[in-house]
Amino acid sequence: MTSSLADVASSNATLRAFLHGLPGVDRVGADQRAATLGTRSIKTTAKAAAIDLAIRMVDLTTLEGADTPGKVRAMCAKAVHPDPGDPSVPKVAAVCVYPDLVAQAVESLGDSGVKVASVATAFPSGRSSLDVKVADTALAVAAGAAEIDMVIDRGAFLAGDYLKVFEEITAIKAACGEAHLKVILETGELATYDNVRRASWLAMMAGGDFIKTSTGKVQPAATPSVTLIMLEAVRDFLAATGRKVGVKPAGGIRTTKDAIKMLVLVNETAGEDWLHPDWFRLGASTLLNDLLMQRQKMATGRYAGSDYFTLD
Amino acid sequence: MFEYAPAPESRDIVDIKPSYGLFIDGEFVDGTGAPFKTINPATEETLAEVATASGEDVDRAVRAARKAFGVWSAMPGSERAKYLFRIARIIQERSRELAVLETLDNGKPIREARDVDLPLVAAHFFYYAGWADKLDYAGYGPGPKPLGVAGQVIPWNFPLLMLAWKIAPALACGNTVVLKPAETTPLTALLFAEICRQAELPPGVVNIVTGAGETGAAVVNHPDVNKVAFTGSTEVGRLIARSVAGSGKKVTLELGGKAANVVFDDAAIDQAVEGIVNGIFFNQGHVCCAGSRLLVQESIAEELLESLKRRLSLLRLGDPMDKNTDIGAINSSAQLARVRELSDIGEAEGAERWSPACALPERGFWFPPTIFTGVAQSHRIARDEVFGPVLAMLTFRTPAEAVEKANNTPYGLSAGVWTEKGSRILWMADRLRAGVVWANTFNKFDPASPFGGYKESGYGREGGRHGLEAYLDV
Amino acid sequence: MSKTEAAARLAVRKTYKLYIGGAFPRSESGRSYPVTSSKGEFLANASKASRKDARDAVSAARKAFGGWSGATAYNRGQILYRIAEMLEGRRAQFVAELAEAGTKKAGDVVDAAIDRLVWYAGWSDKITSVAGAANPVAGPYFNISSPEPTGVVAVIAPDEPLLGLVSVIAPVIVTGNTCVVVASERAPLPSITLAEVLATSDLPGGVVNVLTGSVKEIAPWLAAHMDVNAVDLTGVADEDLAITCEQAAAENLKRVLRPAAADWYADPGLKRMTAFLETKTVWHPTGV
Repeated sequence: MTSSLADVASSNATLRAFLHGLPGVDRVGADQRAATLGTRSIKTTAKAAAIDLAIRMVDLTTLEGADTPGKVRAMCAKAVHPDPGDPSVPKVAAVCVYPDLVAQAVESLGDSGVKVASVATAFPSGRSSLDVKVADTALAVAAGAAEIDMVIDRGAFLAGDYLKVFEEITAIKAACGEAHLKVILETGELATYDNVRRASWLAMMAGGDFIKTSTGKVQPAATPSVTLIMLEAVRDFLAATGRKVGVKPAGGIRTTKDAIKMLVLVNETAGEDWLHPDWFRLGASTLLNDLLMQRQKMATGRYAGSDYFTLD
Repeated sequence: MFEYAPAPESRDIVDIKPSYGLFIDGEFVDGTGAPFKTINPATEETLAEVATASGEDVDRAVRAARKAFGVWSAMPGSERAKYLFRIARIIQERSRELAVLETLDNGKPIREARDVDLPLVAAHFFYYAGWADKLDYAGYGPGPKPLGVAGQVIPWNFPLLMLAWKIAPALACGNTVVLKPAETTPLTALLFAEICRQAELPPGVVNIVTGAGETGAAVVNHPDVNKVAFTGSTEVGRLIARSVAGSGKKVTLELGGKAANVVFDDAAIDQAVEGIVNGIFFNQGHVCCAGSRLLVQESIAEELLESLKRRLSLLRLGDPMDKNTDIGAINSSAQLARVRELSDIGEAEGAERWSPACALPERGFWFPPTIFTGVAQSHRIARDEVFGPVLAMLTFRTPAEAVEKANNTPYGLSAGVWTEKGSRILWMADRLRAGVVWANTFNKFDPASPFGGYKESGYGREGGRHGLEAYLDV
Repeated sequence: MSKTEAAARLAVRKTYKLYIGGAFPRSESGRSYPVTSSKGEFLANASKASRKDARDAVSAARKAFGGWSGATAYNRGQILYRIAEMLEGRRAQFVAELAEAGTKKAGDVVDAAIDRLVWYAGWSDKITSVAGAANPVAGPYFNISSPEPTGVVAVIAPDEPLLGLVSVIAPVIVTGNTCVVVASERAPLPSITLAEVLATSDLPGGVVNVLTGSVKEIAPWLAAHMDVNAVDLTGVADEDLAITCEQAAAENLKRVLRPAAADWYADPGLKRMTAFLETKTVWHPTGV
């Protein structure tokens, strides 16, 4: 953070002045830009490359109350070899689980290179004390999570208590140690695009390594529009501070088409520097199979059937 | 690196004939003038040979229209409406074909032909179809009468859309038409003629005469034409206004513009950048209402310019048939020469010219998206309509200065305002002398929304309830 | 004014001048022309405006445009009503002047002129509702069209010294335009008396400018003037002159009104107002 921005977090008033001084976002215009980029036609070689890139960006996710070690083991196997019949398929970026299943994931993935991410901080609502959130984070980190997906306190944000949100993020960041911190804004609860932009800046200023759209538990989740706004935010933040932050849309990205639209958004907003799993992730549970089916269609020329892809 | 592979739309969907005649009295007939070739401006390939309507041919078309006027104007409005609804439906059914043909003949990106032109064309027919049996309620008193035969001359920038703007209200009001498409873009009008036949529109209600300026003059000056509607340059509009003086013909003119797009320091900057880009680079800037003068508040000028340059670097110029193309071909060599000339003058006058690194195809007519900075009000690029992808950027300090500069032009077609402050938008909208003011948006069109200019941008309105007045004896 | 009257007491005659920018100057050309009654008796010397007077009048009208078009419709309506009040107060004077100009039933004419002003006064804050529109566009936009004044209108008044004159001025100014009026050449005196009414009705100077003189001489200059936005050729009887004016008007695409002969007692309708209105359509996105 540059020194000029360092002072911003000294009080709620300075934070408010800064965040409300960011340029507004016109909803209709932003929706239109996202929709127009959605009409990009990505075919043949471009599509093949995009599919592989998308697979490499997937945070394969299971965040259910019914998750079990067995389920996580199976998912990890899929993460490393998404298509057992085709070794040319790249592995995904990470798996994303609840803190108590991190150890299982770490064990299952071994030295595959697939990272383990864990949600934390009283996910998904974030409604607990800071102590509990820090402990939650510490638990996941201790179990070997390389990435922590925290949620912000939307209540505090909407109440205008930006300092509280800021301080929580810095506290969690400290608790992360070496682990990368993804900050979930839960855009579906922020109500306006102006708020999405403000929350993005708040999360980045507080030290988030990634900003993430959603928990997947709230609708709407990772819409092209909010992803666009967050990509603009990381672009502008880099220009303002020299620090590069990643973006992770999560929730509702189910088809190859959805995923490719996201890549187009990255390409034409933040730019191709972000087109790497280090800087852009796709949080998804069912997307991977569609990517695999499309990939096979590209290779064989015939449409794929779902029976030929594993359900893990 | 994410390179988009070519994604060409198939041209096989449209069957272009080697030659086209005129459409008079429901039939395709030979013209007596020397035929001309229409080319694809992106490749310079000849698409077809098209008949030239001589004065004699125009006379035949007007007579056919006069004859049909009896039937058409006497028909109950509800029946006329059904013909227009039919046409609207067929346009939707054949929209892909029409879009491809438009792109081939005009050079505009297929994305725009497909997503902007064609939906608006169909919507325009739907909109005016609904008026045909409701004219009593349009605010002009009971039983407003049509004018008779409308002579209509349209430009090449939105060939089919301008046809729709002209023909739909004319027919809804009970007039018959003789329409001359632009000489560089006649093909979709001729396909429209075929659609009229599919819709079983009575012969003579729509007549299409192709040709150049002389054909247009013959249409406009024909003594049995009751109504003249023209969209095109102010220069030609002036000639038309002069030539019909004293004739008693009702005239509507939709002419040039030099719109100011005013950006305040509190604007939603990313959307403003999109609006500026859409304002001047949409349709290669071949738009009469293009936001060709960017007026930026001085305090954010540098920052905005950086954003604009970054955005321009993302514009994809090239094959208009590629679905990912943003900037297509300049419509003709003559237009390209004009864009080049005015740009060269801009440079010579001391403005700074910038274009993104952008490879232009070898064949065809191309001009890169261009921004001029350091522009003064007195520069010709700030005054003359370039009608190409060329933006002149100026700055202002106060709202009053913005208004003064925005209005300091003989034109008055459109204007843009970008600010997050509501009362400032309305204050600006009140003072901008332009027929359309886009606030926090730009280049939006809708059949329900009146369009047309102040001052030398012409007179009369097209679209909405207001658009009926041009075709009624009121 | 016969000599016998003068013998009793010599009347103090009025000097009929032009009305430009709220002042009453003589023609810069120093010219005048005699105006006679319908019976051929000398009434007065009217100023014979030159092209330079026309130019000055256009400048005055342009200068007044911002303020007048920016005034509230309520305010403009009040002022038009005030003109009617002032006219009513001078009723006898107008009846006498019109009678001298040969107008039949001059009392009825003055009454109709007053009533016309009242009628138009009421339109000031209604025409926008009637001529405007809220447009239901197919997208997330607020879209509204409202009429706005065209600008400076040159009006060649008909040879109907008061009712015709009022009937062409009122619709032009009620919506916020300003104008330069060329009065009836034959009977210009009531137009200058009307100007005196205007000058005392809170109408800002320059909103209405009145020229007297030769229509044939002045009209083409006004029709060609590049700072005039519209011309009303109602009073141009000569076909060739009308065509000359229309052609000259084409140079800057002036709006041209050239109506068929009018019955000045009939309901005027909206035409004379809408002819000098532009439709401005404003778009704005609707979003949170």
